[in-house]
This record gives sequence, structure tokens and C-alpha cells, in this order.
Amino acid sequence: MTEVTKIDGIGSSVRRTEDKKFLTGKGRYTDDINRPGQVQAYFLRSDVAHAEIKSIDTKAAQSAPGVVGVFTGSDIAADKVGGPICGWVVPCRDGSSTKEPPHPLLAQGKVRFVGDAVAVVVAETMEQAKSAAELIDVDYNELTPVVDFVNADEGAQIHEEVPNNCYFDWELGDESATNKAIESAAKVVKLSVRNNRLVPNAMEPRSALAEYDSLDESYTLHTTSQNPHLTRLVLAAFMFAIPESKLRVIAPDVGGGFGSKIYVYIEEAVCVWASKKIGRPVKWTADRTQAFLTDCHGRDHVNDVQLALDENNKIIGLRVDTVCNLGAYLSAFSVVVPTILHGTLLSGQYDIPAIYTNVKGMATNTVNVDAYRGAGRPEATYLLERTMETAAKEVGMDPAEFRRINFIPKDAFPYQTQVALQYDIGDYEPHLDKAMEMIDYSNFEKRRAEAAKRGMYRGIGMSSYIEACGLAPSAVVGALGGRVGQWESASVRVNPTGTISVFTGSHSHGQGHATTFAQIVADKLGIPMENVEVIHGDTDKTPFGMGSYGSRSLASGGSAISKAVDKIINKSKKIAAHLLEASEDDIDFKDGKFVVGGTDKEKAFGEIALAAYVPHNYPLETLEPGLEENAFYDPTNFVFPSGTHIAEVEIDPATGVVEVVDWAACDDFGNLVNPMIVEGQVHGGIAQGIGQALLEDAHYDENGQLLTASYMDYCMPRADDLPSFKVGYTNTPCTHNDLGVKGCGEAGAIASPPALINAVIDALSPLGVTDMSMPATPQKVWKAIQESQSVAAE
Amino acid sequence: MYSTKYIKPNSTSEALEAIKSMGEGKFLAGGMTLIPTLKQRLASPDGLVDISGCDLDSISDEGDTIKIGAMTKHASVAESGLVNEAIPALAKLADGIGDRQVRNRGTLGGSVANNDPSACYPSAVLALKAIVHTNTRSIEADEFFTGMFETALEENEIIEAISFSKPTKANYVKFPNPASRYAMVGVFVAQFNDGVRVAVTGAGEGGVFRHAEMEAALSSNYNADALSALEISSDGLISDLHASPEYRANLIKEMTKRAVV
Repeated sequence: MTEVTKIDGIGSSVRRTEDKKFLTGKGRYTDDINRPGQVQAYFLRSDVAHAEIKSIDTKAAQSAPGVVGVFTGSDIAADKVGGPICGWVVPCRDGSSTKEPPHPLLAQGKVRFVGDAVAVVVAETMEQAKSAAELIDVDYNELTPVVDFVNADEGAQIHEEVPNNCYFDWELGDESATNKAIESAAKVVKLSVRNNRLVPNAMEPRSALAEYDSLDESYTLHTTSQNPHLTRLVLAAFMFAIPESKLRVIAPDVGGGFGSKIYVYIEEAVCVWASKKIGRPVKWTADRTQAFLTDCHGRDHVNDVQLALDENNKIIGLRVDTVCNLGAYLSAFSVVVPTILHGTLLSGQYDIPAIYTNVKGMATNTVNVDAYRGAGRPEATYLLERTMETAAKEVGMDPAEFRRINFIPKDAFPYQTQVALQYDIGDYEPHLDKAMEMIDYSNFEKRRAEAAKRGMYRGIGMSSYIEACGLAPSAVVGALGGRVGQWESASVRVNPTGTISVFTGSHSHGQGHATTFAQIVADKLGIPMENVEVIHGDTDKTPFGMGSYGSRSLASGGSAISKAVDKIINKSKKIAAHLLEASEDDIDFKDGKFVVGGTDKEKAFGEIALAAYVPHNYPLETLEPGLEENAFYDPTNFVFPSGTHIAEVEIDPATGVVEVVDWAACDDFGNLVNPMIVEGQVHGGIAQGIGQALLEDAHYDENGQLLTASYMDYCMPRADDLPSFKVGYTNTPCTHNDLGVKGCGEAGAIASPPALINAVIDALSPLGVTDMSMPATPQKVWKAIQESQSVAAE
Repeated sequence: MYSTKYIKPNSTSEALEAIKSMGEGKFLAGGMTLIPTLKQRLASPDGLVDISGCDLDSISDEGDTIKIGAMTKHASVAESGLVNEAIPALAKLADGIGDRQVRNRGTLGGSVANNDPSACYPSAVLALKAIVHTNTRSIEADEFFTGMFETALEENEIIEAISFSKPTKANYVKFPNPASRYAMVGVFVAQFNDGVRVAVTGAGEGGVFRHAEMEAALSSNYNADALSALEISSDGLISDLHASPEYRANLIKEMTKRAVV
């Protein structure tokens, strides 16, 4: 047994063990993998947004150099291959269910967005496939495209199954109580906000490599997925009707997802299908243009908000009417994002006695809209925190104090909101106070005055957000329309020398699981984390798991690992009791050693592991040899991170440029396993939030052409767009998981947009500006300043 | 990209022969526009004639002018002692083009020959009374730029060098497009003994242009205040997602004020 020299346990900012390969260019992504005999697939995509396909002529393409096969929707239909499915549906107000139109792998008679796949060309090289695709003649009968989702009900019907282009019309809460509160209110604050449409822009574009083994009639698919087991389930059970055992899905290194790689896309399914059809491995990798056109986009809401206050400025009711754009087809979680993950968050951090919300999900001739970092919760936080700020200004209160008097008091937990969720724990004033202290809130007016002397408008804005992550429990998810479980799995294998292999159902595509999960195991077993290896992303290796999205990996996946380790410890105690000739009840496990209480008799963890695999002195009659345990953990509730972010900006009135000059983020994520990784998540989340608030906007023209389909026009945040962040924490440990952890991956993207827009409006408030839509681009801000000045002049 | 021929000659005369031997050939300078265009299959030339081996990348002091070879990379102009001493504004402009990778591939001649309406260099050529030397003639800057992506260059005419007049004072200030970081408005102001020249890039529907009113105002008083009363017309300015003609007009005035220091 080697001496334990270092413990890198829970709470240590250990450097990420996975970074060496990424930083030295040695990551192994799907497109890096090549198989003998591999051919390339290229998708011919619709260049019109809405049209009937009169005919497709592929003859010339079939005989082009290097072409192995050209296929269209009729080939897919002939083989009866199903399309992607919707993983969660909701009931409508009229009692009907969500309308679920089919989403064929290749267009069947109609195209519904620019980028819709019409045919696939498989050739020896990608260039040959592209050249052949140019020879395909598609005759379209163009239809009027539906782009404006707010009025989509008046547009041409996109799907036979979806009348008025409305997928669902859902409600939550008590409408009559809420309307009564609004009618009886001392003041009603009204606000309409738009949550702009975003392109996820993961660094690695989507890619798939499918291979068919005709001997055992099985497939192997390498793909860019956040949840390979779900991909296997959907492909095997719903698309190809084959046993799961005949399909292995591997998601190797994946370069970011932000939600966009949760779903099964048509391209990977077509590659699987074509690999058998052709009998050779088929690879497809998106270029950046295809990523812009065909990755599911995010957000795209408009919300009408009414907030009712009593004479003491206490909130007595909230009504939110939302219309959201779900695009051309229903993507896997497109329905749950604007409903269950949005409507249930509308109480925020506030004690609101009556809430009602209605959400209409509309079909348009744009690419599908689905989860994007935060998924529903940023939309809820944005409308609520914009409204809170607006209300504070309208009633003449400091925004912090207005929030404070409406916070759920800390002794009110567990707190049942009026929108289904029950918050297990929270304490909101400490993070508000700390964030205010971090940014020196009390001296802000001095800084505003100093900036004014330089001709700059300085503003401050805040956002106190709540998040619900780690969707659970499964029974509730099912009752709410979810078609999947929401547990997570782990298998912990102790090797004979005492090293550990952890097989997790979670998937890491940037989150640092190899480090964080190893820290949990190392901490619990009292061994160095170098002895712990984390394996993920391969359905042949890992237990069935749900993958990573919705900030669930630590709370759900980490907890599953913790449970499996507990089982290891329990079994080890039995082995130790035998070896030490003591009663199991007398064995204590501490610092990696099993000790007979009150004695110096002990066995190290490694000795137990060896005994389990070399069971020469072992209680074989009562205990199986070996040391490997599985755990499936189904949380009893969501986890509820919360926090306050405060942004400070300066605006140059001559150009309209908004500079983010300071940022304080104080978050309550419960216990932190690796504070450095958490801080990185906070930074990244805020960067994406700043991107949404100031820079990013996916813009379709009235013909359904995506005008922002490259980095020439779609503005990603760059390092020089960002300030240095001040990051701090409070801690109310989660009450219902062993680790006391919540989630941190999405918080920054949820908290930051309203804080920033509130700051922009605050900066311009001396000019009488009271509203600003996202993104607050220089042109838009300059125009608002010009208009306020011309109003002032009148 | 479509497959194409690639030739790398050692002199401009060889380059001309090579391009004449092709049906639809294209000269390849730094390739910062041409290569992405080819990759997107938006062009299919019969061949590419790479002129990076034609010895066109020297920088020399010619007395009243600085002469820069057409194939000189942006990074070389930015780092040149001669340029930094004689026309620091030109070095500053070069140092602000694209990113590090672009500055180490992109060339002066490539940028000027392409005359992208959002490119930085054309404004310097115009403001600094440059002479564009080609294999057949010398063209004055005022005659060179003829419209968006259009120049006075004829078929098979190669820019060999550009001579920039040394100003008494000059500055370049740009407002980058937030997404692409090309100039949404870029203003090059150059003061000479016989007057001030102001060239605006990024803003005009016809590409880079000189701004007569601002030149007149600054020629009589080289001070930002001289511009305060000027009303900048938005006629003929580009309208796109990022900036309306009115906003661009505002930026032209604002960037010019900031350039005059």
C-alpha cells in the first residue's frame, strides 16, 4: 500500500486534469476519428424557407465522380425510418395536447426552413459530395414564409397537424386570483420584453461518424452529443427499431454544447442509416455555416408582464403572457423550455401570493428553437428582474430595497411557490448584501457624477435570480409531461490495487467532470485523486445515464457517484471486519483507513481492495468477492441556486458604445467541490449573458433567410468586451443531496442579461430612457439617446 | 473549394505570363478574401497565381514618400521603423487590421486591389495622396478607387508598390463593426502643407471616399472644434444590420473629431 501523500478533496481548487490534452491540441473529437473505407456525407439543404417540393432530380449527381450514393426523403420513407421525437409535451388550455408534427430525416414533399435537408450525397471525399450536390435539381413551389412568430397564427400553415401554427397554448397558476390581485392593486407595473434569439455557437461544430458491422448486424456511432445514452435510445427505439445492444454510441471529446448537442439531429441518424445502406463508414461534419443554419437556436420570446403591488410596495400578483418561437419542427426539449422550465420560475426570489402565466409556442419557418444555456430560466429571470427594476423606479424605491422587502424570508423555507415548485432552501439577503458590498453600491452616485464630468453616462443595475436545476424527481417529471426519467447513474469500480475507475452517465463537454468527480471519490475514500479515473461518453462502457444539461451533472451525477462510493465503503467495512476479526458495527472509516473503534487495529483501503480480488482470507460464504458498485440516483427535488449580480456600465453618448466597467456576482451554489472550476463556469456564463445583452442577435429577414449566418454579422463576445469579474459566494447547502450541492453551469447566463440591461437603462435614465431591448448595440443605444434628446427639445 | 491550378512564379513578368496562360486566372496575394471565397465555392478560377515570390515586399524611404511593396504584410508595415517614424498613423492602421493571423498573411496590395468598402487601407491610400505603382503605370489615389470592390486596375495589371506621401500630421480612427471588426466607419485624416485630406472607409455605398466639407473645415482650422457645426449628410452611406446611414454619418463626424489631435 502506497502512503497517501496528498488529498485533493472536496473544496480544493485542483487544476483540471483534462486540460493538458486540450491545451496541447491532443483532444480527440469526432471529426478526428477516421475509419477504413470511410466516405463523406454532404447534405443538400433548402435555400428557401417554405416550399413544396415538386420534384427532385438526382440523376446527374448519382453518376458524378466519387459518388457512392444519393438519397432523398423517399428512400428514408421506403425504409420506414422514423424522425427525431419530442421528449416532453404539455397539455393545452383547451384540453388538447401539444401538436407533434413529424420531422422526417430528409424532407418529404415540403421544406420548412432555410437549411432543411432535402437530399444527402455520399462520396469518397467531401469535395466530391459537394460538387455532386450542385448537380441535384430541386423544383420548389414556394409558399409564403412565416417568420414573425408573434403573428404566426395568421401566417400560412406550416404543418397539417398544427392549426394556426400553434404547437401548444399552455397555462400555469391561478388566473382568477391573479387577475383579482391586479384589479385590486395599488399599482400595476406593466412591461413588455423580448428575449432575443441566439445561435449556440459551440466551438466544435456537430459531427457524426457511423459504421455498420454486417457480421453482428450492429452499428457504432461517434457523435457530438451531450447525452450518448439518450441518443442511442432515440435512434434504436424510435428511429430504427433495433435493440439498443445493436447500437453503440460514443461521444468522445466534445467541444462545447450549451444545450445544442442534447438532441438527436437528422444528420447523425442519416449517417447511421447510410452506413448500412452503403456498407461503409459514413462521416459528416458541419461547417460553421451549417452550424448557424441547423443547430437549434435559443430563446426568442416576447413576454407581457403585469406586476401588482399593494400600498406598501409588496407584490400581490404577477401575470405573464408569453409567445415563443419554436421554429419549423418540435425539437426534443423545445416544449419544456418555455413552459415547465420558464413558467415555474416566475416567482423568482419573491414571495408572490398569486401568479398566472400563459405560453403559446409557435411554429415558424426558422430553424428549431430549443434549450440554450439556462433554457427557460434566463427568460423568466429576464422578464422578472427587468420588471422588478422598472417597478422600483416607478414607485421611487431603491431597486435593492424593493427586492429586499419582497424576498421570501429565510425562515419560510421550504417555500411553496404559486407555480408548482417548492424551494427547499435559500437565503437571499446575504448575497444581495455581499454583491452590493463587492461593487461598492453605496458610493455609486459619486462614480456616476465623476463619469458625467467626462461626458459619460454611468449606470448600475442588478438582478437577483433563482434557478431550478437538476430536473427531478422522475415521477414529477412524468406527471408534467416528460417522457424520460431524470435520475443519474454511476458505477464505481475499485481495481485490485485500490485505484478507482468511475463510470458516469453524465457527459463532460467542457465542464471538467474528470477533475470534479475524481475529487468527490478521492475525498470520500481518502485516496489521492490521481488514483481515480473518470470514464464517460460511451454506451458500451458506462451505465445508462441521462447525460449533461440543465446544470445537473454535479447535483445528480455527482450524487450518484457519492451513493456508489457509499456502497463501496459499506462492503469494505464488511471485508475489514472479517480481516480485523471485529464486528462490522465497530469499524470506522476515516482518512482512507478502516479502524476498529478504540483500538489501533486498522486496514488501509488498498488492503481491502486487494482482499476483495484475492479472496484468500475472505468471508466468501456471506459476501461476494470483488469491489464494484452501481448507483442510480433519482433526486427528490430540483436544486435551487440563487444569487445577485450587479453590473456597472459606462455609455459614450457620441457613439452609443456600452462599456461594462464592473461586475459583482455573488452566488449561492451550496457546497463547492472545485471553486476554480465553479468560478470558470460563472465567468463563462456571464460572458454569454453579456453576449446576449449587448452583442448577439440571430436575425431572419422576412423571406426566412438568416442574415446573421456567419461571424461577419453574428457578434460573439470577445475577451475585450468583458470586464474583470468580482465573484463571491454565499452557501445554503442543498438539503436533499448528500453533497449539499446545487448547480453552477447556467447561473451566469441566467443572472447577467437583466442586470446589464437594467444598468444600461439606469445610465440613460437622466435622459428619460425607460426601456432598452436586447441586444443593446451601439446603434440602438445611440438612437435611444438621439430620440430622448429630440423629445427633450420639443 | 473547387479544384484549381496553383502557380508560384518568381517575378511579376512570370506572373503575367502565367495568368495569361489561364482562362480565368486570379492573382493570389495574402488570400485573406480570396481563399475564404474559394472555400465557400463562390469563385471557381481556372488557376491561382501566387505573387508572394515576386519580391514585392520591401519598404523604402523615397524622400517625400514612403514606398511599400504590394506584398508587404500588415504586420511588417505595423512594425516598420521607417513607417513608424515617417507616418505613424499608417503603422497604427496596419496594426489594427483583423487579428494577428490576418496581419501576418494579409498584404497591402491585396487589400487595396480588392477595395473592400470596409477595408482600412484604402482610406490611407486616399488620404495620404498615394501613388499606386503597377507593372504598367502609376495611378494617383484619387483616380484609383472607382466603386465598391472596383478599382482602375485593368485585366492582368499587378500592383507592385504604393508610395504614401509623408504628411505633417495624420491619424486613423475606426469604429469597428461589432461582429466582424472590419471598419464600420474608419477615418484617415492627413495634414499637408497645402491642406488636409479626410478619407472615409466602411461607410460609403461607393466604397472609400474623401469628405470635402470636413477637409475644407480642417484645412482652415486643424481642430476638432472646427467640425462641430458641420452637418454630415447620410446620403450615399451604407445601410445594414449594424448601422443605419444616419448612425454612420454620426460616426464619421465623431471618428474624425477623435482623429484630429
